[in-house]
Amino acid sequence: MKPAPFAYERPGSLAEACALLAEGGAKLLAGGQSLGPMLNLRLVQPEMLVDLAGLDELKASERLVDGARLGALVTHAQIEDGRAPDPTGGILPRVACGIAYRAIRNRGTVGGSLAHADPAADWLTVLAALGATAIVTGADGERRVPVAEFATGAFETVLGEAEILAAVAIPTVAAGARWGYVKIARKPGEFADAMAAVLRDPERDVERVVVGATHGAPIIVEDFSEAVLAESLARFDPIARRLCRAAVRRALAEADA
Amino acid sequence: MVMRQNVADGGVGIGARLPRKEDARFLRGRGEFVADIRLPGLLEIAFARSPLAHARIRGIEKPVGREGDVFTHADLTDVRPIRAVAGLPGFKPSAQGVLASEKVRHVGELVAMCLAATRAEAEDLAAATFIEFDELPVVADVRAACRPGAPLVHEEWGDNLLLETVAEGDLAELARTAPVKVSRSLKTARQCMSPLEGRGVVAQWREREGQLVLHSASQMPHIVRTGLAECLGLDEGRVRVISPDVGGGFGYKGILLPEEVCAAWAAMRLGRPVRWIEDRREQLTANANCREHHYELTAYADRDGRLLGLDCEAMVDAGAYSSYPFSAALEPAQVASILPGPYRFDHYRCRSLAVATNKPPILPYRGVARAGVCYAIEVLLDAVARAVGKEPYEVRLLNLVPPEAMPFDNITKKHFDSGDYPESVRRAVAAIGLDGIRARQAQRDLTGERIGVGFAVYNEQGAHGTSVYYGWGIPMVPGHEQASARLTPDGGLELRVGVHSHGQGLETSLAQVAHEVLGIAPAKVSLVHGDTALTPYSTGTWGSRCAVMAGGAVAAACRALGERAKKIGARLLQTDYASVRLAAGEIVGPAGSVGLAEIARVWYRAPQNLPDDVDPGGLDVTIGYKPQRDTGTFSYACHAALVSVDSEIGAVELIDYVVVEDGGRLINPMIVDGQILGGAAQGIGTALYEEMPFDAEGQPLASTLADYCLPGATEVPAIRILHMQTPSPYTEFGQKGIGESGAIGPPAAIACAVNDALKDLGVEIGELPITPRRILAALDEAERGGR
Repeated sequence: MKPAPFAYERPGSLAEACALLAEGGAKLLAGGQSLGPMLNLRLVQPEMLVDLAGLDELKASERLVDGARLGALVTHAQIEDGRAPDPTGGILPRVACGIAYRAIRNRGTVGGSLAHADPAADWLTVLAALGATAIVTGADGERRVPVAEFATGAFETVLGEAEILAAVAIPTVAAGARWGYVKIARKPGEFADAMAAVLRDPERDVERVVVGATHGAPIIVEDFSEAVLAESLARFDPIARRLCRAAVRRALAEADA
Repeated sequence: MVMRQNVADGGVGIGARLPRKEDARFLRGRGEFVADIRLPGLLEIAFARSPLAHARIRGIEKPVGREGDVFTHADLTDVRPIRAVAGLPGFKPSAQGVLASEKVRHVGELVAMCLAATRAEAEDLAAATFIEFDELPVVADVRAACRPGAPLVHEEWGDNLLLETVAEGDLAELARTAPVKVSRSLKTARQCMSPLEGRGVVAQWREREGQLVLHSASQMPHIVRTGLAECLGLDEGRVRVISPDVGGGFGYKGILLPEEVCAAWAAMRLGRPVRWIEDRREQLTANANCREHHYELTAYADRDGRLLGLDCEAMVDAGAYSSYPFSAALEPAQVASILPGPYRFDHYRCRSLAVATNKPPILPYRGVARAGVCYAIEVLLDAVARAVGKEPYEVRLLNLVPPEAMPFDNITKKHFDSGDYPESVRRAVAAIGLDGIRARQAQRDLTGERIGVGFAVYNEQGAHGTSVYYGWGIPMVPGHEQASARLTPDGGLELRVGVHSHGQGLETSLAQVAHEVLGIAPAKVSLVHGDTALTPYSTGTWGSRCAVMAGGAVAAACRALGERAKKIGARLLQTDYASVRLAAGEIVGPAGSVGLAEIARVWYRAPQNLPDDVDPGGLDVTIGYKPQRDTGTFSYACHAALVSVDSEIGAVELIDYVVVEDGGRLINPMIVDGQILGGAAQGIGTALYEEMPFDAEGQPLASTLADYCLPGATEVPAIRILHMQTPSPYTEFGQKGIGESGAIGPPAAIACAVNDALKDLGVEIGELPITPRRILAALDEAERGGR
């Protein structure tokens, strides 16, 4: 379980990193908590590893008028510990402290998690539910993609070959909003078998349910109704369907509590 | 919370909860394991393994330009295959080439050995070694393997039946007349033993000694030495095996692996030290497989729930080869001989088949077949209890061997040495609070809470010796267990034992035994173990035998040493031998005493003061020990589990867990508690989490710990341990073997508890582990059945 040979680059700027990516055959390394094991198992064998650790611009976060912008390299542990701005009234740290195990949270990053797009990853589902926006940098400058549209399938995203997820913009959650988030997993910290996030914000007229840990991109149900949910889950096997419905029911109950 | 026991000895001898001496290095991360060994010029080994479960090898192409760094069976012509033969009638032996030659029989089988300066480069070589295969049809399931015309794992066998074990008995009459008849089909998953440290080996040839020196993470260095010498065609004197600190064994490290033989061969061939350090993927997909049982059971009982007879057809998926030294016969033959458990009944028939498949060899795992048979009979007894409308514990009380029948020879001729089995159940019933649980369950309609309670009783044969093992005809039969005791010139004590401690705390418990006999402080006692050059021959650490066998041997050696010290002491006290005694580390005479340190000083450094008739053996004694009977000690336990089942998502939570355990007289109750807790955690894994699935093509489907689910801190509840201490009449201090015990009870207790929680829904789970998916599938089926 050792990686196949690869070249290693540690660019000093985002532009330089994009240029390295454009050469082809490269993989970005953020916290390495998914990529590391995949390299060791030789499930991925990139020609080049582009380590983002030198890019301070990806580590910076700032409060915005209507929320906060978190650099892609902000770690789960920073969010958990309140060392990153939180416009959600505590939702972000609560989610962060339930991601895998502390050792993974110390290195794993919010950007790396989104870009890897494991269907069972917490941020993909949670940030979609919160209405966050992915800020993507490429040779042609910056573009913004709703996190709800960021993943296009399991481990697949809208990111182009030479694009880098630079940050996420997370909108403020109003004081009157209700939130529910439930993961169903064999053990705390393990990959979830089912997950659901619920944001109910009457002020912004939001009633959003997101179902994660599916075989593809998260399922987003705006203006939640049982019928729409049932339709989205129709293609699942009966047990997966049952677990998803349970996750949604419990997340709704948490939001109502 | 662990219950504190009152110990008879407030000091540091037998019965004291003495903190473990070895923890000083382990807890500081200063243990020295195989992978910590650094040698100049060390080469790393990676293996090219078979990606297919069953195929003929047409050819192997070594990487161009690196042919000299890659070795195949064609290079290892002087190496004999591993053969673990059992003498049981009908047993079919297999020859496991250390590198596959004509065909591969399971995914992960070794095909080529690749050496390089780093493991990554060695893996590059393995990836660049091209093996051409002709695929063969695969048997990945025992039932398919038994069908006529099934593909054959070993063509020369003519079928896939490795061993058939039959306990004969006629149940035809009972089948007609028994008032209660209950049948169940049960299955336990294939698991992977998962010690923190995997296997690992460092091999080197030492010219000065003319010896192959092998550092290996092994439970039984002497047996590995014999097996290696046989495979390599070396005199045993040319082989030295050292087992350094080892991070857990559980049976997985009681096996001679082909990887060890390959590494030894490479070290001799290349004249350079080499090492192979197993990674988790190798451990999971190719090596550490264990426990896969299928049962068809029928119990016959009277209307009170008294067991009249038991009928069983069992199948064990043995995998592709018999591993050295135990062979694949151990597991299936054990099933037939231990299924009756601690119960007394008159009619028994069991046919147990070991069936070869294209899966890795099945290896003995803590408890060996016991976790499976305990699960089988306890689930069946619960079904009997439901059939007769009694509490499951009442049915157990009715059928357990009562204390007044001890010692007791059971229906398969096992000799239970001592104990009060029913009392362990009564204590467990009280400790778990059965009445309160039944009252809570009655409130279910109000609270929606779905809880269940389960009990499991079993006994465990430990430290069984010659008379039991010679009949198996395997390459290893334990005889007298030897120990050496040597006083150092300054009065310290060195113990040498051939068993190995890899979590058992023997550096502490054997020092306590020595203290009990000689009165030397445990801090002054050092244990030498794990080195064939420095220790007496031993079959090693397995079968819950160390406390009884090594403990007995250390006591015997210390007693003999004490006798020699008494002779010298009498002279120094100017009195006669008959008037001195050994007490608290001193030889005491009528008018004074002399310490063991002074006696040691005289023997080694002032021999002019010794008596003329002194024993020239000096203060260094090696002696062998066997218990009065070598049929084994039988520790026993009752486990009680309280679970909560979430029927919406199929989750099982352990709310409470009680172990009432009788290990005879306990040498160090704290170490025993640790053994029970660790074993119970593994049993919880068997019950709820651990499963190595294979697809129809024999591909293992869990290759990392993300897929192979092990219990962690959040899955193991605060287990309460209550000790009973009924001495064994046959051992040195009355101690019994309990090393494997903790792992045996949880699958049964938890399965019974889950079934109890689901009983009003008419749902029973008949397969381990009890995963959410299995529970939900059973609930779905029950709902569809119109309930």
